[in-house]
Amino acid sequence: MKIGIVCPYSWDIPGGVQFHVRDLAVHLIGLGHQVSVLAPADDDEPLPAYVVSAGRAVPVPYNGSVARLSFGVLSAARVRRWLNEGQFDVLHVHEPGAPSLSLLACWSASIPIVATFHTANPRSRAAAAANAMLQPAFEKINARIAVSEYARRFLVEHIGGDAVVIPNGVDVDFFAKSQPNPDWQTPPAQRDTGGTIAFVGRFGEPRKGLPVLLAALPEILAARPDTRLLILGRGDAEEVVEDLPAPVRAAITFLGMASDEDKARLFRSVDVYCAPNTGGESFGMILVEAMSAPAVVLASDLDAFSLVLEGGEAGVMFPNGDASALATAAIGLLADQARRETLRVAATAAVQRYDWSVVAGDILAVYEMVTESTAQVTNEAWEAAHRPATPGRSASAGRSAAANLGRLTSLARATWPRGNDDNEGDS
Amino acid sequence: MRVVLTDYSGTIVLAIALLFLFALYLSWTATRLDRLHLRLDAAKIALDAQLVRRASVTLELAQSGVLDPATSLLLATAAREARDAHDEERETAESVLTRDLRAVFDQAEQVAYVRSTRVGPPLLDELAIAAKRVQLSRQFYNESVRSVRQLRSHRLVRAFRLAGRAPDKPNFDIDDTPPEFARK
Repeated sequence: MKIGIVCPYSWDIPGGVQFHVRDLAVHLIGLGHQVSVLAPADDDEPLPAYVVSAGRAVPVPYNGSVARLSFGVLSAARVRRWLNEGQFDVLHVHEPGAPSLSLLACWSASIPIVATFHTANPRSRAAAAANAMLQPAFEKINARIAVSEYARRFLVEHIGGDAVVIPNGVDVDFFAKSQPNPDWQTPPAQRDTGGTIAFVGRFGEPRKGLPVLLAALPEILAARPDTRLLILGRGDAEEVVEDLPAPVRAAITFLGMASDEDKARLFRSVDVYCAPNTGGESFGMILVEAMSAPAVVLASDLDAFSLVLEGGEAGVMFPNGDASALATAAIGLLADQARRETLRVAATAAVQRYDWSVVAGDILAVYEMVTESTAQVTNEAWEAAHRPATPGRSASAGRSAAANLGRLTSLARATWPRGNDDNEGDS
Repeated sequence: MRVVLTDYSGTIVLAIALLFLFALYLSWTATRLDRLHLRLDAAKIALDAQLVRRASVTLELAQSGVLDPATSLLLATAAREARDAHDEERETAESVLTRDLRAVFDQAEQVAYVRSTRVGPPLLDELAIAAKRVQLSRQFYNESVRSVRQLRSHRLVRAFRLAGRAPDKPNFDIDDTPPEFARK
């Protein structure tokens, strides 16, 4: 299958959507498909062979933060050229609600479109303004995918319509096969008095919840004095520890910036991985990665986390922001090796559905569905138009539905006046 | 009535005369302050009008169909946010609109394209005028704020509470540099 994928955010800047697109493209290529990814990128940056640059993205304030987006006549022309040259069977756009390449691709394309919604949280006022503007482009989307139940709910409530949930993919084997680091494991002599707890992420951001974990630490140390907290990620370590008493400070080790390898090894090594996030998570990718190792997860009870942890079956949850509940749960987990083993087994089972082999298969199934059904509609519409009308036959339900769909599509195209001028002869 | 002239009479007359002059001065200052407050209110109204006008033209451009949907969405969102923003968010929202307008129209090809359409040129011209007037009216407003502040900080004005209960208005600080094409 020839697949065109559009990433709306700068390829050179790390982000959830970019990683998802990259991994999806690599897996689809591995399955023998022809994949081309269109993404904003600096022209002098080296790109993988499957990525086509749509030019530099412009940093603009949008939706409360500065995003690097591609828009304007030049970008629109590049998108049209890429579509014309690619001759794709299916177009897969990511985050089409952002004012960038994906939306432009929806506008220009006349092939079946699949759209994936990652996070979607424009503030409500802006959402209302955006809605009317987005409708014509959204009407051309044949199938919608949300990466989480949370993202799906947003779509239903704020944009209208529904989506199938296909989660973000994780390379489970990468985590499961990494080697533990003995420095990050509990020494045998301390098994009854200590343990290791990991925190991963940009710890300076309050919503990542490190303050909650730090508030719980004295209580954990009182019960198990040899406990160590290992923090992997970017941030100002001095600022975090300066107000802490010396014994608590001594229990904390900063490991610096997170490479994927370090993260995997850390998850393999520690007794408990703690995710005390206080909000702002729509999926909980990091939890899935930890569970792939498999690590014992202790997380706040955010909706997104609860879904990944299967309501507490595959990991332990504590009330969001409650430091003493966190401490109690952590002490319990560190003391109970059998329970940790049970949770590891449950986590391994729970993450299988997030493995790229499963996720890429689900996405491919969606591609096949939309290309086959669209081909049928197009054929029937063509036949209906070219067959001499016989009263009995033209009343057939299938064909009139096809004609209706055709009319809807042309209406949707007419709404954006310049939508298809370059692609007219394609289909 | 007999007027008794004592040694102090001259001083008293002088004191009364001075007091009278002082009252006159106070009253004159109060009038000045009042006038400045009125000027400030007028400047505020003018500034509001220009900001609303800029947001409206932007929205009209976004909905005109001459821009691609990504650009339209970006501008429409910023324009709505600017128009609906409450006092404390207003400066941020207006600055965002300014920056989004620059990001869109500092691409020369974009301006050339909009100019080549039928409905584009009048909207662009109006946007250019609105963007420049936002700049002007903001300067006038901030200048007004400055002169009111200067007079209000005067010792006598404070001591005699000449400003009454009129609230102290802050500067309106935003990024208002128009896009390249509108700067001529």
